[in-house]
Amino acid sequence: MPFRWNPELTMQDITPEEYFLERRRFIKQAALVGAGAVLGLNPLTALGGESQDDTATPYEKATHYNNFYELGTGKDEPAANADKLLISPWSVIIDGAVTRPGKVSLEELLKPHAIEERVYRLRCVETWSMVIPWQGFPLRDLLRRFDPQGNAKYVAFETLLDPQHLPGQTRKILDWPYREGLRMDEAMHPLTIIATGMYGRSLPNQNGAPLRLVVPWKYGFKSIKSIIRITLTEQQPVTSWNQMAPEEYGFYANVNPLVPHPRWDQESERRIGEFRRRPTLIFNGYGDHVAGLYAHMDLSRNF
Amino acid sequence: MIAASRFLFVVGLLPLAWLTYAAWQDLLGANPIERAIRFCGDWALWWLLLTLSVRPLRRVPGLTELIRVRRMLGLFSFFYATLHVMGYVALDRYFDWESTVRDLLKHPYITVGALSFLLLLPLAITSTHGYMKRLGRYWGRLHRLVYISAAFAVVHYWLMVKADHLQPALHGVVLTMLLVWRIPAWKITMRNKTPPF
Repeated sequence: MPFRWNPELTMQDITPEEYFLERRRFIKQAALVGAGAVLGLNPLTALGGESQDDTATPYEKATHYNNFYELGTGKDEPAANADKLLISPWSVIIDGAVTRPGKVSLEELLKPHAIEERVYRLRCVETWSMVIPWQGFPLRDLLRRFDPQGNAKYVAFETLLDPQHLPGQTRKILDWPYREGLRMDEAMHPLTIIATGMYGRSLPNQNGAPLRLVVPWKYGFKSIKSIIRITLTEQQPVTSWNQMAPEEYGFYANVNPLVPHPRWDQESERRIGEFRRRPTLIFNGYGDHVAGLYAHMDLSRNF
Repeated sequence: MIAASRFLFVVGLLPLAWLTYAAWQDLLGANPIERAIRFCGDWALWWLLLTLSVRPLRRVPGLTELIRVRRMLGLFSFFYATLHVMGYVALDRYFDWESTVRDLLKHPYITVGALSFLLLLPLAITSTHGYMKRLGRYWGRLHRLVYISAAFAVVHYWLMVKADHLQPALHGVVLTMLLVWRIPAWKITMRNKTPPF
């Protein structure tokens, strides 16, 4: 069709670029998948794979599609119940194998740390993914302040336990409080951060305010939200999903397309906002940085 | 009764109308494909439970005629189950038959869901007056498959859920009640020495 200038359109009529691109990509992919199906082609191969761009997931989607069972098990419930999480005052206990254990207020905890931006892929074990610009600081900088002792082999984390206010904790969906853990070298890895914000704003409650862990090469359930306790231990700590279904959720939970989950194959994922699945990358694409941590481990056994 | 069944026909299409509108208006949230597939699955199960409620409900005075719309209720269950399965094949698997078959064989919740759907298929096909006449007393026996299909549907839901089994459990309780209610009638059938199948 020849180009025709339309004088009736003004700046107000212009679709914001991100919406425009998103919609165009969606329509194009829908059409291609349909056409491929008619021709009997496998669209995954017919299209030569999805473009591997990592543009940030729209804020609205990243804050209204959450797994935070303390605030409800539906994906939109954490956003709806966000005000049930009381984040002020907030303090964190740091104990176990550290020279200087203690309970510190949130202000005290955050004061010495320069907040930096980290744009990370987030891959959920349920085979969806997002890209989120976090604000935070490396976990190791925090741990060093409390001086871990030589026998500290693991770091255990705990989420707030508040069944009076948190609607999900009124039923025993998981063995509350939610617990997670890392091996010491994983916790000290520079990619592992404590996040206090996202998209340049303070962390919304449904995303784990006021502070949460972000471990980008592991399935999302490892990145524990709304932390109230950090304990350095000698033994591998109990972690919630592993305790609930050990054959489904391992302690390591590294993103790995080659290790299938009994419920979902992990070889592909749906990036939120995209139509087609894209292939999942080993260690969620952070293998160059973290593969060395697991050099001598059988990843299909230590999943 | 014709007016009632026309009304029911329109009501049965309302969930699909809402889904179409919601998809068009981008109201399906961050993961619209998952939302749409689950929405159709929910409605398939709800129409099936409604279908199974007809027999107890027609004992209620004034509701005896409900039996006349039972076929439509069952066909709406099949209709939404078909959309559910098509949504899975087209939007989740992108017609990748190899991955679909693998998914089917490897993941119990998919296997059980597929069995539930396959059992509905012969029931939908033989739901016409013509087949009822041709199959005679076998028609009723064939259509007892609906109980197995419904049980598989609830198990499919249960296996799909990661930790919070409240919703599938509630559906299971409703189904169990509907089946338990039939036990006295089945006992009479057994006593009359009519084989159950």
